[in-house]
Amino acid sequence: MTAATTSQTAGPYWHLIDFPEWADLLRPDGPNAGIEGGERIVLTGRITDGDGAPVTDAMVEIWQADPEGRYDGAFHGFGRCGTDANGMFRFVTLKPGPVPGRGNQTQAPHVVLTLFARGLLKQLVTRLYFEGETLNETDPLLQSIEPARRGTLIARPTGTPGEWRLDIRLQGENETVFLDV
Amino acid sequence: MPDPIGYRRPDPATQPPYDLRAYGSTRPRHPKQPLVRVPHTLSEVTGPRMSPAWYAPHDDLSRHNGKEALGERIIVAGRVLDEDGRPVRGALVEVWQANAAGRYHHPADQHDAPLDPNFLGRGRVFTDEEGNYRFTTIRPGAYPWRNHANAWRPVHIHFSLFGAGLAQRLITQMYFPGDPLLAYDPIFQCTADEAARNRLIAQFDLAITQPEWALGYRFDIILRGREATPFEDGAGAH
Repeated sequence: MTAATTSQTAGPYWHLIDFPEWADLLRPDGPNAGIEGGERIVLTGRITDGDGAPVTDAMVEIWQADPEGRYDGAFHGFGRCGTDANGMFRFVTLKPGPVPGRGNQTQAPHVVLTLFARGLLKQLVTRLYFEGETLNETDPLLQSIEPARRGTLIARPTGTPGEWRLDIRLQGENETVFLDV
Repeated sequence: MPDPIGYRRPDPATQPPYDLRAYGSTRPRHPKQPLVRVPHTLSEVTGPRMSPAWYAPHDDLSRHNGKEALGERIIVAGRVLDEDGRPVRGALVEVWQANAAGRYHHPADQHDAPLDPNFLGRGRVFTDEEGNYRFTTIRPGAYPWRNHANAWRPVHIHFSLFGAGLAQRLITQMYFPGDPLLAYDPIFQCTADEAARNRLIAQFDLAITQPEWALGYRFDIILRGREATPFEDGAGAH
């Protein structure tokens, strides 16, 4: 058995594989063209570092289930977005449904976020949950996290219909809970 | 529904830390709290199916708009396998790199080296049924960075891979044999395990080399393997 290849940083020039249209999972000429139903949402947020500075060169990827909570349906739940000069990312997608968990539990609707950047020798993974979901109260992962830090995974409505925001802090006060997957 | 079979956890010595003093950019960007270990669910064992129908392959970086880029043309080929030696089929492999002079086609790269209008430095290929991938490019140049005094990155090509599951997602760098800068590079030197580090160095390969055309390099990539199951080798395996 050979161990998995060592991870290396994406560095500051990963934008050579940035295709900004990938941040819109509902783009008319994309893999989800023709998908019917579901609630269109916008996911946005700002990434800051331990000095409070915006992380302006991060690559954010999302992976999510479809509105019925399926990963094997027709919906292609993948997107990629680079952060802008203010450290902001923005995806357009469909709201995922609840996903089966281990031991016949149910996971609350969530989106997996993967971060790559200069200064990250391997990716950081976290999840975005939605404020107000009843299933959040019984989600196995959320409930395994100390209550004081749980909120770092829960997106809140911005006031613009369908838009949710989750800020990510790489280090320090209110540091985001990152996951060892 | 039965629980999904998870992916094995890597040996920490074969993977880099988040906090690496020798690599300055890690200082404000590494989490200080321990990561929360997640038992793998469908969210981690599934991953995007990257079809060439939606992500068009582009396997020749050595020309752009029909014109040849400057530099030494090379072919890079290899296999994508999991830790048990099984081919990872249909894996999306994205690559990006500097040009022969050590300059990226990127607005943030201000290194005083020439850009090449015929070289963009990005490609996208998929593995075949045996896990093989292959692309043609230009050997990149080394370039300075400001990490420490007189710091230079060794010659490298960035690789991004999507396997079958989110937990297999990998971004890495391929280096070239015999590069004297490897000894001084904190990014290459980031792992404790020397063998793991050295697997980031491609091998010159005469079988990949094409006469009168291009030198060939082999770079195999290993993605995480699945945890064993009680049925692994039994008659009940499906």
